[in-house]
Amino acid sequence: MSQGSGGAEGAPPMPPVGKERQRKRRRRRRKESKTRLVRSNLLPPEAEAEKSKRTVLASNRLKTTKYTALSFLPKNLFEQFHRLANVYFVFIALLNFVPAVNAFQPELALAPVLFILAVTAIKDLWEDYSRYRSDKEINHMECLVYSRNEKKYISRYWKEVKVGDFVQLRCNEIIPADILLLSSSDPDGLCHIETANLDGETNLKQRQVVRRFLELDSEFDPLKFTSVIECEKPNNDLSRFRGYMIHKNGKKEGLFKENLLLRGCTIRNTEEVAGIVIYAGHETKALLNNNGPRYKRSKLERQMNADVLWCVLILLIMCLFSAIGHGLWVWQYGEKKKPIFDVPGPDGKYLSPVLASVYLFLTVIIVFQVMIPISLYVSIEIVKICQVYFIHQDKDLYDEETDSQLQCRALNITEDLGQVQFIFSDKTGTLTENKMVFRRCTVSGIEYSHDANARRLAMYQEPDSEEEEAAPKGGTLSQRDSICSHQSIKVVHRSQSTKTHRRTGSRAEAKRASILSKHTAFSSPMEKDITPDPNLLEKVNECAKHLEIMRSHEQPLSHLSPELCDIFDFFIALTICNTVVVTAPNQPRQKVRDRFELKSPVKTIEDFIRRFTPSRLTSGSNSSSSSSLATSKSVHRFGLSVLSSTSTESTLLKLEEKLSYSAQMNNNGYGSQQGRSPVGSRAEEGELRYEAESPDEAALVYAARAYNCSLVGRLSDQVSVELPHLGTLNFEVLHTLSFDSIRKRMSVVVRHPLTDEINVYTKGADSVIMDLLLPCSSDDPQGKHQKKIQSKTQNYLNLYAVDGLRTLCIAKRVLSKEEYACWLKSHLEAESSIENREELLFQSALRVEKNLHLLGATGIEDRLQDGVPETIANLRKAGLQIWVLTGDKQETAVNIAYACKLLDHDEEIITLNAESPETCAILLEQCLQCVESKFSNNTIDEATGNMTVGFTPLYPPSSPVLSSLGLVIDGRTLAYALEPTLEDKFLALAKRCRSVLCCRSTPLQKSMVVKLVRDKLKAMTLAIGDGANDVSMIQVADVGVGISGQEGMQAVMASDFAIPRFRHLEKLLLVHGHWCYSRLANMVLYFFYKNAMFVALLFWYQFYCGFSGSSMVDQWYLIFFNLLFSSLPQLITGVLDKDVPADMLIAVPQLYKSGQNMEEYQPHMFWMNMIDAMYQSLVCFFIPYFTYYDSAVDIFSWGTPITTVALFTIILHLAIETKTWTFLHWSSCIFSILLFFFVALVYNASCPICHPPSNPYWTMQRLMGDPMFYFTCIISPVVALLPRFLYRTLQGTLFPTQLQLGRQLSKLPPEIRTQLLTKLNVKREITPQTQPFADSFSLNFGLNASGFYTAYNQSSPLPASHQRSESAFPEPERAEHTTDQTVAASPQGALLYGENKDSSAASSPGRSVGFHEMTHSTFEVEALPVETAFPWSSAAHQADFSLLKWITSTPLFSRSGAVLQVPPSSLQNESQDSMSVLGSSLQVDFKGLKEQSANNFQDKTKGIPADNCKSDNSETTFL
Amino acid sequence: QEAQTRPSRCPDNSAFKQQKLPAWKPQLSLASVLSIFFVIGAACLAVGICLIVSANSVREIEINYSDTCSDCSTLRENSSNWNKECYCSADFILKEDMLGDVFMYYGLQNFYQNHRRYVISRSDVQLLGRDVNVENSYCTPFTTYENGTPMAPCGAIANSIFNDTIDLFYNVNSSVIQVPLLKTGNSWWTDKNVKFRNPVAQNLSSAFAGTARPPYWQKPVYMLDEEDERNNGYINDELIIWMRVSAFSTFRNLYRRVSRTGQFADGLPAGNYTFYISYNFPVSKFKGKKYVILSTVVWSGGSNPFLGIAYTVCGTAATLTGFVITAIHLKLRKEKTYFQK
Repeated sequence: MSQGSGGAEGAPPMPPVGKERQRKRRRRRRKESKTRLVRSNLLPPEAEAEKSKRTVLASNRLKTTKYTALSFLPKNLFEQFHRLANVYFVFIALLNFVPAVNAFQPELALAPVLFILAVTAIKDLWEDYSRYRSDKEINHMECLVYSRNEKKYISRYWKEVKVGDFVQLRCNEIIPADILLLSSSDPDGLCHIETANLDGETNLKQRQVVRRFLELDSEFDPLKFTSVIECEKPNNDLSRFRGYMIHKNGKKEGLFKENLLLRGCTIRNTEEVAGIVIYAGHETKALLNNNGPRYKRSKLERQMNADVLWCVLILLIMCLFSAIGHGLWVWQYGEKKKPIFDVPGPDGKYLSPVLASVYLFLTVIIVFQVMIPISLYVSIEIVKICQVYFIHQDKDLYDEETDSQLQCRALNITEDLGQVQFIFSDKTGTLTENKMVFRRCTVSGIEYSHDANARRLAMYQEPDSEEEEAAPKGGTLSQRDSICSHQSIKVVHRSQSTKTHRRTGSRAEAKRASILSKHTAFSSPMEKDITPDPNLLEKVNECAKHLEIMRSHEQPLSHLSPELCDIFDFFIALTICNTVVVTAPNQPRQKVRDRFELKSPVKTIEDFIRRFTPSRLTSGSNSSSSSSLATSKSVHRFGLSVLSSTSTESTLLKLEEKLSYSAQMNNNGYGSQQGRSPVGSRAEEGELRYEAESPDEAALVYAARAYNCSLVGRLSDQVSVELPHLGTLNFEVLHTLSFDSIRKRMSVVVRHPLTDEINVYTKGADSVIMDLLLPCSSDDPQGKHQKKIQSKTQNYLNLYAVDGLRTLCIAKRVLSKEEYACWLKSHLEAESSIENREELLFQSALRVEKNLHLLGATGIEDRLQDGVPETIANLRKAGLQIWVLTGDKQETAVNIAYACKLLDHDEEIITLNAESPETCAILLEQCLQCVESKFSNNTIDEATGNMTVGFTPLYPPSSPVLSSLGLVIDGRTLAYALEPTLEDKFLALAKRCRSVLCCRSTPLQKSMVVKLVRDKLKAMTLAIGDGANDVSMIQVADVGVGISGQEGMQAVMASDFAIPRFRHLEKLLLVHGHWCYSRLANMVLYFFYKNAMFVALLFWYQFYCGFSGSSMVDQWYLIFFNLLFSSLPQLITGVLDKDVPADMLIAVPQLYKSGQNMEEYQPHMFWMNMIDAMYQSLVCFFIPYFTYYDSAVDIFSWGTPITTVALFTIILHLAIETKTWTFLHWSSCIFSILLFFFVALVYNASCPICHPPSNPYWTMQRLMGDPMFYFTCIISPVVALLPRFLYRTLQGTLFPTQLQLGRQLSKLPPEIRTQLLTKLNVKREITPQTQPFADSFSLNFGLNASGFYTAYNQSSPLPASHQRSESAFPEPERAEHTTDQTVAASPQGALLYGENKDSSAASSPGRSVGFHEMTHSTFEVEALPVETAFPWSSAAHQADFSLLKWITSTPLFSRSGAVLQVPPSSLQNESQDSMSVLGSSLQVDFKGLKEQSANNFQDKTKGIPADNCKSDNSETTFL
Repeated sequence: QEAQTRPSRCPDNSAFKQQKLPAWKPQLSLASVLSIFFVIGAACLAVGICLIVSANSVREIEINYSDTCSDCSTLRENSSNWNKECYCSADFILKEDMLGDVFMYYGLQNFYQNHRRYVISRSDVQLLGRDVNVENSYCTPFTTYENGTPMAPCGAIANSIFNDTIDLFYNVNSSVIQVPLLKTGNSWWTDKNVKFRNPVAQNLSSAFAGTARPPYWQKPVYMLDEEDERNNGYINDELIIWMRVSAFSTFRNLYRRVSRTGQFADGLPAGNYTFYISYNFPVSKFKGKKYVILSTVVWSGGSNPFLGIAYTVCGTAATLTGFVITAIHLKLRKEKTYFQK
């Protein structure tokens, strides 16, 4: 027990996590071997040499603190001096210690720097202390460690656990270190763990005892463990663990990640496990993965830093000016005539002018140092922390369902949220719930539409409260009593599970110990209860009956009709082709359950031969057909055990017959009952839960259960399925070829219990499966039929995609024994190889997944999250371009895009599907030209827009045609388009589109797209996603947002902000983003102004003191002015000011554009502020100057009023800029002023000699008795601020910004405001409704998708009425139509435009002509204010608004007034011209495109059947 | 149980946390803007006129004697003549009576008392009468002589003290009456009683034993005013006033007050006066000028009318702006009505 401990205790304290990498590198150097040797600590101590080698292993003590008591000061200071600004300020402070140049009392000059350093240090200290406390808490958690002396597991602290220790864990305990699993109470050597702490995934994962120990008969005894484990060095790859165990006898055994229990995970459903610690403490994967918060620099900060550099330049210029001035001043007196006031140096000699100016340069740097605001960085940090706090506290960003709130993971880019221009969104889980609901399926070419299910789902979409009653249930279910009964049970069940269904999110590790969460991942109520389609249910029952009969009559299964056969296989595939774990909640699996003798799938060829040569048929067990679960199991087990021991067949059969006969006798009653009423059994088995790695798997298993084909148990080698009439069937799982994103499918190889055939069930993306199907000759009728089924299925698949369903194909392959043996050989090789095992397994999977027989397809709905369409609409109104990057297929993606209003039905969709880089280039070129031509035409519209520019841009004139472009591009084309040669064109095209949809894109492509936009367009990008596939995109984007949703925490871990739901993005961006941006921008600007203004005062004084660097402001005021007197109000304003209230920001999303256009902080604003600062300082300097000119005033009696005046001016300036005054604002301003007077009075009264060289004794007291002081202090701020006030007034009246208008709107009386707002909104909503094509277009589009649709499906529109009526047809009929449909129409462009015009004309017949024209020109401009404003203006008059309201609200209307000035007729002509030009150009372009697309179409149709392999390859590369 | 161990993470619904504190949202409306401008305008105008009126009531006379005493000034240019006395006089006529308290200032031009190294060149501790090692103070290089004798008081400020003596004579009916002037009471009370103290000793000369006068001084510090014990040494008013360094290079310091006794009980009557000046302070070296100023004061300070003018101008500007805004508003409203037709 010693060697590990000695090393661990003596190990140096761990550096912080952040330095992990460095440390790792160091360790690597120290030790050449790339592996780690672990042996039991219970063995007798090793040799000394070994011991010393061991010292590098980390103990399990967690130490995330950065500092120790001793190292805190030097280390913290060292870290703080990494910041350039701190170095600068310390340098300045130290400069004060040089007598020749010092400006202040040196100790005093250090004060602010020390203050800033101290504040930061205290903050760090506090953080470190809280880390220390949580470390301590975790370190002192207890676990059971085997003790050699006591020969049993005894309780120990986590920190005492060492590598090589044996640890025993109970159910619901947290794993203290990375442990190799050696024993489990589970019958199959499994251990279930929940990894929510690590990746947030709440589904249970299985871990497996190391194989050799699985076979141990007796209880695992740590003392007997003599093997040595050699494994890789600690690394942060959670999904990898490699190593092997060397046993005493020299045998090696491979170890995989399935054998490793990771620290931080929780044991679930397993009573007791034990294992040996492999990695401990900081070397565990969990901690290696834990890198602290990310540091990003926001755009605003970058801009600010540029301006800080300007400040440096200004400072240098001022210093240089002063230095030269001083040089000249000294020079003018000459060598001889030194004036009496020019004090010689300490040696009694006068400085030469040059030397004097050099010294002075340094002196004035000290004096003017506040020009570079020392407190700026600290203030910004404080403000950001407060902003983050308020974002955290927002109730609207809290999701009750998951009890999670927003998390800001990056503390310093809050203001970037207000400047986002592009949103890149994932689809699944981000826009949608990622809660999969089985909707429809098709089996052997026949579609089962599950209407009742659809209706039920519609029910669920109603608010939760109503669900409990489930009132409408009767309506749908009364027709089918049998279903009704079991559904009602489930409704109850659902209500229970909603309560328990909570995610844990990321909570402190320690706190988890107490949490016994009973939640289940991916088992939302919607997945669980599915109303079966009556037809299919009937068929399933029929099929089961047949099977039962057949089995009882010992007929081969082939007698079953192919359709029924397919149905049977289909459901079997749904049930078993997955990795779903069946759990009974709250109960760990116990060893009580009997072990099956057949332990594992075939492991060797001998095994295979041994097991598969005797035809072990179920014919013998036919009598056990309807036996209950337990009996069937026992029979089966028995049979297998006999088999595996290779006993003779005859005895087996006899035995089996006997047993099963008795079983049948016993269970007869129950068996017959079961067939008729599934209700009873279902209620029991309602306890079963399915936990899947992906939500669609669970959905499919629940769906199968609805058809009475339920999964009742899964072991590593066997799946139990309960079937109607047939009872429980045990499928022996030979292999599971797990899902990967390249193959896009998964398969199981099972032995069918009824036929004893070896079946491969494959489930995967339709595009993949369809290519892997057994090519069927069209000669024989069977093949023809099969082909028909395939084409039908394909049609249905397309239909599903149109409906936005996720499609999966289910297929099957029957392997002959020879084939299997052949494949098995290679597969076993692949499995056993350690070097590039994955690759070999992949190849092996490819070999077996071919020549498939198509069974059917499923359509799973992934519902849109709440509020997604509204959020997207609002974000888009806010000027954000939304790109959706999804891995889904194009049809699905497009339909989801329509559903969530990403694409509008009046939009023109450009679809880019290219087969080769060349076609892609041509397509891009043509689209671009076409758009380009439109664009040039649109400039006319823009010109008309420009005339109105001086007036309200609240609804900026976006060019109508442009706004309705959407781009859809698939992954393959995207890959071409992202080539360096094409990316510019692609970008130029995409830039002009309102929305872009990239389908079938890989994670890498996602990040490439984001990077492209970020770098080429220099735009602020936001990426939002929820899954691991979005991580790269989230990391690349300026702002990464993770949705703490269903797919685990990887996205959240990588993100800057984590939100529970997509809809929260709206408030996060529009409100908080805007506020943070505007607050910080204003604060930064104000900071620059404030410092410049104050420093300028000192600069002007240099002109009157011979540029000698003296300051009239006492050094105390000078040093503490920024820090104490003027800091609080701006912090309060920076944290709390609200330029526009939240509801207005949401109601008028256009206000967000101010952030995108950097309106709050434009480069010129810095200079405007500087000029204003200069003016104000001139006023504040010269009014006191002239007032006291030629008087007996002394330097500080004159400087103190100036300080006071400056403080008043600065605070009043802030007051002008502050938009919202809460009591905090008031009190901070008043506090600041009072503090100044208080400090001044105390300081001036304290002691006459304490503060040499300055000596302002009693100055303030005396000034306050002097009326002149007050007169000066009143007039100066007034004169200084009048221009700014006047500017604000005039600008707000004459050229108000959108924000000011928004503010005005929010100030209006509520009823008028709502009236106005609803009018704006109604206007918006009416726009699509007035277009008769809206509905038909979607249908067109959808139908069109059945073919390969290429760019620009442009032709004459079909009559809308026809289309509409078609859409009303019931499903099957509609499907018939679809097959015939070839080319559909998409009305758009000029025609649509014209339509709009007409409709608008029709809707406003009463309007005057002039207005009418205007409506045309700006029709597409959303929420056109003209019509709304017009009636309101009169209303306003009636309400007798005062004059002032006119002035302030004029801007709302002035635009319409201005437009009126444009001659109406000319306007109309222009717009019509543009339209016609547009139309013709479109025609031309589309012709070309159509030809192009036709070619493509032909190519494609040819290519697909002919060259399966090729298309498959290309698919895999890009998908 | 779950509810206990895991309290809802829902944030508090408090006004502060939800950023919904009751707030005043000032709106720059026409009424408020106009009222602000007009109120400011009116107030400033009123104050300005008051200030101008009061500043105009101040009587002030200023005599530049650096030119009239050019002989002395050339004499003083050579610092070796520091021991030679030089007198000159300046006549002036007071046309009106100067009623009330009359203050006599000396004014200096181009004397950069606010030079950084000059300002700090003093030792407050020494001036407080404590025995300190002035070597460590800011007084360098005016701390000690080469033989180590410390200067009292040390530093450049004290060294460069204004040492002209100015007497005022009233010429009435060919007789010359010396106007009685008060030497004390001219400095701040706190300076005289708190900031400046003589070292404690039997008498002043022993108190300053072991120290020497600053190089430019003609007599040691304990002989500044031999007549008045309470005005001698460090607590001499002239020294105290000089030590209060001026903010600008052109400044005036209070020198004497006219003692309102006898003939001058109401102030200075109109008539001919003569300043009789003992010229010691050299100014020509730095192209400076010296003045002697007689002035009365009012509640708002001296004769400087600037503040009054500033208020008046500001008030006018604010009022005018108010009218302009009104005009803009009326114009906009006109357009508006046109639009409504």
